[in-house]
Amino acid sequence: MRLRESWVAFAALGALAGAVIAAPTANAQNAMPSLQQAAANTGNWAIPALNYASTRYSTLDQINASNAGQLQVAWTFSTGVLRGHEGQPLVIGDVMYLVTPFPNTVYALDLNNNERIIWQYTPTQNPEVIPVMCCDTVNRGVAYGDGKIILHQADNTVVALDAQTGKVDWSTPLGSYKVGATGTDAPLVVGDKVFAGVSGGEFGVNGFIAALSLADGHIIWKANSEGPDSMIKFDPNTTTSLGKVVGADSSLKTWKGDQWKIGGGDTWGWYSYDPKLNLLYYGSGNPSTWNPVQRPGDNKWSMTIFARDADTGVAKWVYQMTPHDQWDYDGINEMILADLTINGQQVPVLVHFDRNGLAYVLNRATGALIAANKYDSDVNWTTGVDMDPSSPNYGRPSVVAQYAPGSRGANVNYQGICPAALGSKDEQPAAFDPQTGLFYVPTNHVCMDYEPYPVAYTAGQPYVGATLSMFPGPGGYMGRFIAFDPVTGKTVWAINDQFSDWGGALTTAGGVVFYGTLKGYLRAVDAKTGKILYNFKTPSGIIGNVMTYMHGGKQYIAVLSGVGGWAGIGLAAGLTDPHAGLGAVGGYAALKNYTALGGQLTVFALPGS
Amino acid sequence: MTVTSRLVLIAFALALGCGVAALAAAPGNPTPVKESGGIWTDKDGAPTFNIAKDGSVDWGTFVGFLRYNDACLRCHGPDGAGSSYAPDLTQALKGIDYAQFIAFVAGGIQAVNTAQQLVMPSFATDKNVMCFIQEIYAYLRARATGGLGRGRPPKHAPAPKGFDEASYKCLGIQM
Repeated sequence: MRLRESWVAFAALGALAGAVIAAPTANAQNAMPSLQQAAANTGNWAIPALNYASTRYSTLDQINASNAGQLQVAWTFSTGVLRGHEGQPLVIGDVMYLVTPFPNTVYALDLNNNERIIWQYTPTQNPEVIPVMCCDTVNRGVAYGDGKIILHQADNTVVALDAQTGKVDWSTPLGSYKVGATGTDAPLVVGDKVFAGVSGGEFGVNGFIAALSLADGHIIWKANSEGPDSMIKFDPNTTTSLGKVVGADSSLKTWKGDQWKIGGGDTWGWYSYDPKLNLLYYGSGNPSTWNPVQRPGDNKWSMTIFARDADTGVAKWVYQMTPHDQWDYDGINEMILADLTINGQQVPVLVHFDRNGLAYVLNRATGALIAANKYDSDVNWTTGVDMDPSSPNYGRPSVVAQYAPGSRGANVNYQGICPAALGSKDEQPAAFDPQTGLFYVPTNHVCMDYEPYPVAYTAGQPYVGATLSMFPGPGGYMGRFIAFDPVTGKTVWAINDQFSDWGGALTTAGGVVFYGTLKGYLRAVDAKTGKILYNFKTPSGIIGNVMTYMHGGKQYIAVLSGVGGWAGIGLAAGLTDPHAGLGAVGGYAALKNYTALGGQLTVFALPGS
Repeated sequence: MTVTSRLVLIAFALALGCGVAALAAAPGNPTPVKESGGIWTDKDGAPTFNIAKDGSVDWGTFVGFLRYNDACLRCHGPDGAGSSYAPDLTQALKGIDYAQFIAFVAGGIQAVNTAQQLVMPSFATDKNVMCFIQEIYAYLRARATGGLGRGRPPKHAPAPKGFDEASYKCLGIQM
């Protein structure tokens, strides 16, 4: 009975929430720019990762290494939601757009008018979607294209809103949250298409990427991570992996029976695009379940970097980083496209800091592997990747059995594995600075014990099958913010942080790098030296990504606070070290002793008008 | 614990899950009285823990630790200690008894309003939870009232004969 009453109350609330609350506005008359025009204006932040190359490098330089110390809070905005705030706002002209975690309220704020709310939109979503979101109800941001704001809702529906009014233009469900398929990613708009993936690796959801029409939302193509060639859009004669044609049934051959149908490989991360090659890049996540003994084989194409033709969806090349995952090292982290000079030659590369602790450098045109270096020297599950093209194990990581759950069967506790399941880095994006040639990477320095055991699959219920105990890595700290060269594997400088660094990085032409910490500090750092130039404590822990924009001739830095996500789950009560010895009281500090819930945007600028 | 009695428990939980919320009751005296299939029960027949002087936990409590991590950790955090949005079970379990625990797990709980969006789903059809509901309860009861510390229990009693087979049968998987 009680349940029923709450449903009626919810339905009434939903009817209210579904409506758009819009105020008349002075700047709604002008025609909205195309994405190309919006992105060309360096004062805007029109793409979730700033640009298609996902460099998060802004050419704005008003804030520089000499004046960053004088930054002040310019304005703040409460989102009204308390759960984990990942992602970043967009700025198109005089309007900022941002989205909250569930219920996924989208706000349009008028930068010309003291950030007045021009419109806000809250979708009506069944709260049953909340508990099928692994690891909090996060959303990594909205996208923009042709006067529309694109939102991937928690319940796995992609919605286009009129950027000027907030009215729904079209709405396309990508699958049912009832089987655990949810939406958390920031979509990417390319030309006349919107790309979006799916979350649900802990529920056995077979991952896919969908291309939707920006004009009317219909699905143009959809390509799964696992299954027959037609479903994964592989051409057995042209799709390559490490320079070799993959052949027919490249995924099916690597699974026992039809386990691929509930095999995960979800696509909940970031998307990049190379306009010259017309290729879309993204990664797939962990194979389901977390008990590797239950799913023999390489489990392709989970844990894979995909390069797909943006128009047809056909895979040009793929590279599986972690065959037969035994750790939950999802491969979904951002793909940063850069042109690097390697051995005196300029090479178009894709750089990817994987959860598994390796920084991969590939030729993004061909998929050739150039480098795979550890970006945390304490990574111990592998001794490295076989870089010899003539080796039968070419491109495969050499696995250390001691740290490989399942290698001695299930129901065994595998101890002291680094990194932990959340990876040396999770979804928090790195940034690439062409001025220094360095990558700025927020990382986790956490290790684990991992015991896999058999589990049953039930649609819409967790499909995990492992016990994890996580603890800080060697040195006792859990976060490292590093300046890294992925070609040489050299760490140029590092800042050790008590908790994981779960906020995304921004680098700027002013020679300043920005990131946020789990304790809630927004930091400005000298890109060359790693010296902290500015350190301001925002109201809640930061798992959002720092962004910048120009308005009225002034450069602003903005970041969402709001502790949560995996970081909020794993670290809220602190971690304990099972290897500290019998009688060790210790226990590591609890994040909840430093920061509390709260969704807020904090915007910084230099003093003066 | 036999396979049949595990399945009976699931049916019981499903029925209970529809009713929800009995009166709030503390879990009572946790002193273990009887053991069957590795699971200890108190004088009222509710699952409980049995921790030896050397810190060694009973088999049921140990299995509860393992299975807690499958379905519960991603909201309630490591060791039931709570997360940024789900309650600390080492506190919550001090105020509810076994019947109520099963009712919550099988029926789910919702607290969705303007201030928060907290939802615990129904696990009534999830065999990974319901096949081990007694063990999970025993583990959380030990964490809440039995002084069991954080992390993996350092030592545990051996598995009773036939435990794996019974588990896999309940889960409906072939190993």
